[in-house]
Amino acid sequence: MSDMAAQPSAPAELPRTKTDWLPLLLVPALALLALPFVGNPSTWVTLTVAGLAMGMMIFLMASGLTLVFGLMDIINFGHGVFISLGAYATLLVLSPLAGWALSDSIGLNLALLGLCILVAMTVTALAGAVFERVIVRPVYGSHLKQILVTMGGLIVTEQLIHAIWGASPIPIPLPQSLRGAFVLGDIVMERYRVIAVVIGLVVFLGMQLILNRTRIGLLIRAGVENPEMVEALGYRIRRLFVSVFIAGSALAGLGGVMWAFYRQTLTAGMGMEVMVLVFIVIIIGGLGSVGGCFVGSILVALVANYVGFIEPKLALISNILVMALVLIWRPQGLFPVARR
Amino acid sequence: MTEPLLQLSGVHTHIGPYHILHGVDFAVPAGELTMLLGRNGAGKTTTLRTIMGLWQASSGNIRFDGSDITTRSTPDIARAGIAYVPESMGIFTDLTVRENIVLAARSGPVDKSRLDWLLGLFPALKRFWNLPAGNLSGGQKQMLAIARAISEPRRLLLIDEPTKGLAPVMVRSMIEAFKSLKASGETILLVEQNFYAASALGDNVVVMDDGRIVHSGAMSDLVADKDMQQRLLGLSLDAHQ
Repeated sequence: MSDMAAQPSAPAELPRTKTDWLPLLLVPALALLALPFVGNPSTWVTLTVAGLAMGMMIFLMASGLTLVFGLMDIINFGHGVFISLGAYATLLVLSPLAGWALSDSIGLNLALLGLCILVAMTVTALAGAVFERVIVRPVYGSHLKQILVTMGGLIVTEQLIHAIWGASPIPIPLPQSLRGAFVLGDIVMERYRVIAVVIGLVVFLGMQLILNRTRIGLLIRAGVENPEMVEALGYRIRRLFVSVFIAGSALAGLGGVMWAFYRQTLTAGMGMEVMVLVFIVIIIGGLGSVGGCFVGSILVALVANYVGFIEPKLALISNILVMALVLIWRPQGLFPVARR
Repeated sequence: MTEPLLQLSGVHTHIGPYHILHGVDFAVPAGELTMLLGRNGAGKTTTLRTIMGLWQASSGNIRFDGSDITTRSTPDIARAGIAYVPESMGIFTDLTVRENIVLAARSGPVDKSRLDWLLGLFPALKRFWNLPAGNLSGGQKQMLAIARAISEPRRLLLIDEPTKGLAPVMVRSMIEAFKSLKASGETILLVEQNFYAASALGDNVVVMDDGRIVHSGAMSDLVADKDMQQRLLGLSLDAHQ
């Protein structure tokens, strides 16, 4: 974006801006805190990598929703449907190309995963466009109606999935070379989880790049804060809203693919099941904050993994506990976004 | 008087059940600075928001440079060349000063000479160029809001109470900046409560009360007539020196 405005000559001394490091330090602090409780360092690494992978998958599923909520002020309880649709869209690729999943070629396996992601994102982007037009647009400005109508949209779409693909769970194969684990001494890291971490990081960095280095990103950040002023500057915010909704749906589709291969089973309700986690991480992160959503996702997943290992009985409530503690510390979330 | 750039005729605006503007008529001549004065609740902000299309006029007509803009959308009105600085300033606090300016320049990179001119008008912005705008003081945010509005040449500036809440020294530098803007030929419609600032800047004045225009004419006439000031505004210029 360096070409967007000429630079004034540098002043002699610039005041320094404060960077909020504390929420970022939570993740390493939590990991280090867990080490003595876990005991074995190699088990700790395995748990940490697994937690990071789970965190990335949650981030992929949640990142679109936080943007939609932040920019459009829409509470979309139907977001889970794009996760389910993305997962089922893998069947459109896996059915004709089943041989690629069984092949030993890592190239074919990765190409299969890439195709699944591409098709799922296309399907969910189109579904997002229809969902926004038919279900969301009539209820802009009314949170109660949004909750009711998007929940209704979710139920209807789940039934459509049942009608098209049947109500029974459908097993899907993880491509051959993505199975198994990397073993380094006593440390075991599942290959698929490592790939999930890489894809999550790429998406996060891509989103950061778009939000911070492009005009469309500037518009989204400005629109989250003050949509009326964005309109007064001559930009059509409604088009931006629709584009972000479509992009958010496509990201949920991508998350759905990763989640589907992780579970290796498709069910129409798989998106809905993960929505509690999704809402927890966007609340923890600060509504509308992509960075907060990223940190919140990792935090929730790591805590779930560590607690599940150290004290399994507490694993079920660990997410709620993390959310409560974060909100006591920062009621607006880790990275609150300035609002109109 | 030159041909008006903006003309409001019989404009009524309702906000929910409330009837705010009751047939507002006035003109803003091109190349001049028109002050819109009135007490709190007189309808000044509603008038600017109605011109910008942020609230739709329920009846009447708004013409800008010969075209009817009454029912146009806000982005279309902005693209026609009208810039708006709201009373709240509308600064994007999470964006840097630079990003705020960049966003307002719709047609591409801000021209270097224009940027130098802008930063000459508001030198304080230079120090905070790459910092989040949320770090700025109230006066600096106001400067940024105005600089953002003129980051590209515009045909008409609508500015709502730019000196509100500012320290006297900041009010004086704001007045100097508006004088420079006037000298560059900008057409400005300025809402102001500070009559000292208004009288120092305005070519023309429009006074509102209870959603109606109660006076319009040359600012010099109002400045010279203390009785009229008392009658229209409940004050005299002496009280604002």
